[in-house]
Amino acid sequence: MNSIVSINDLSKQELLSLLDAAAYFEAHPNHKILDGMVVATLFFEPSTRTRLSFETAVNRLGGRVIGFSDPAATSTSKGETLKDTIKMVSNYVDLIVMRHYLEGAARYATEVTDIPVINAGDGAHQHPSQTMLDLYSIYKTQGRLDDITVTMVGDLKYGRTVHSLLQALSHFRVKFNLVACNELRMPEEFRTFCDNNSIAYTESAEFSPEIINSSDIIYMTRVQRERFADLEEYERVKDIYTLHNAMLTDSRPNLRILHPLPRVNEINQDVDDNPKAYYFQQAKNGLFARQAMICKCLDINIDDLKHMNNG
Amino acid sequence: MAEKKELAVSALRNGTVIDHIPSNALFKAVRILGLEDCDKAVTIGCNLPSSQLGTKGIIKVADTTFPAEVINRIAIIAPGAVINTIENYEVVRKEQVTLPAQIVNLVRCCNPKCITANEPMPTRFDTVNASTATLRCRYCEHEVSGDNIVLK
Repeated sequence: MNSIVSINDLSKQELLSLLDAAAYFEAHPNHKILDGMVVATLFFEPSTRTRLSFETAVNRLGGRVIGFSDPAATSTSKGETLKDTIKMVSNYVDLIVMRHYLEGAARYATEVTDIPVINAGDGAHQHPSQTMLDLYSIYKTQGRLDDITVTMVGDLKYGRTVHSLLQALSHFRVKFNLVACNELRMPEEFRTFCDNNSIAYTESAEFSPEIINSSDIIYMTRVQRERFADLEEYERVKDIYTLHNAMLTDSRPNLRILHPLPRVNEINQDVDDNPKAYYFQQAKNGLFARQAMICKCLDINIDDLKHMNNG
Repeated sequence: MAEKKELAVSALRNGTVIDHIPSNALFKAVRILGLEDCDKAVTIGCNLPSSQLGTKGIIKVADTTFPAEVINRIAIIAPGAVINTIENYEVVRKEQVTLPAQIVNLVRCCNPKCITANEPMPTRFDTVNASTATLRCRYCEHEVSGDNIVLK
């Protein structure tokens, strides 16, 4: 089965192949390899950014898209089960890209259809295309994934992007600095995961110059007010984890700032013009990562494409 | 007392005795084994004295042996339970229950945002740690263990 439900389903070799394919699509974004194919984008929960990125990826590969961006207009609102919706759509398409507000929905979809499924986010659970674009952004800006230091800042407790990224990077020699207040600390499950896999990490409540200046990647996340039981605690910490341009003065030249977006105020606008700010290009990399994932699910060999391109 | 207990067990000519079930898990075990629909002689003892558990439950089912995958399901709620197979009044086999690697449609996922809590479908759990009875939902990957396990 060629579905991609969770980043943890992918081996190191598969991750590397996807990164290689993403790099190829960055150099050659337009192809007709999905000519005659139809891809469904089923968004049971609206996510315009992710949907447009997937649909652009299909269009640039020459395929066509059907689907919905709002379940209010579908039979789901009449009480149709997910199973029935997936079964029905499977009659029409070659690939399903789905986003759902319930956790595990994509895994279940793979069990009721023979059509490959790409999980475009299932609640707070998994969002593998986000992880692939994060991974590709790191790979592209650093030229490698081994021997780098990645600092994760902000909401490390509820932020699924940091959990998935940490797991994906566990295949490589990466050192982590985990910067968060006690309420939003990296969950024990993932700290145990690091310990069991001999992954080096430090934990700090302070976003200190030492941490910033020893980082190759700083991955910022949004600290959301609704995550706090104690609002005084929120008021106390919300500005501690805001990045300002002045904090980057002595940082490494190869440092890049990443953020899954949307940002609110955790990165000050004065950082935007710093060449180390990478969050807008990062979003663009999502297109190439998604092209790579679509090809993997449809068994399209990138080496054949490269060959055709050279020949 | 000891004499009576021995007598109670040996009273079964052929069948299965499930011993060392915590008293509070006894009736869950009855349900898991589907004994409500059993037409053989079933004896259920509750709150019997036990040196290990304080009190324990015991289930005896005449003329019945259970497939391992059925009987091991009770490891979810009674990890210390012991299965005695009786033939002609003799205990011919004594086994500890072991958690199956996969548990289908027996346990409820406690995550309200899990697909299994919202769609008419069987639940599926994988055992991640048998000694702590830790199970992971195959769909949302939430983990549940020990006393927090809720049957469907």
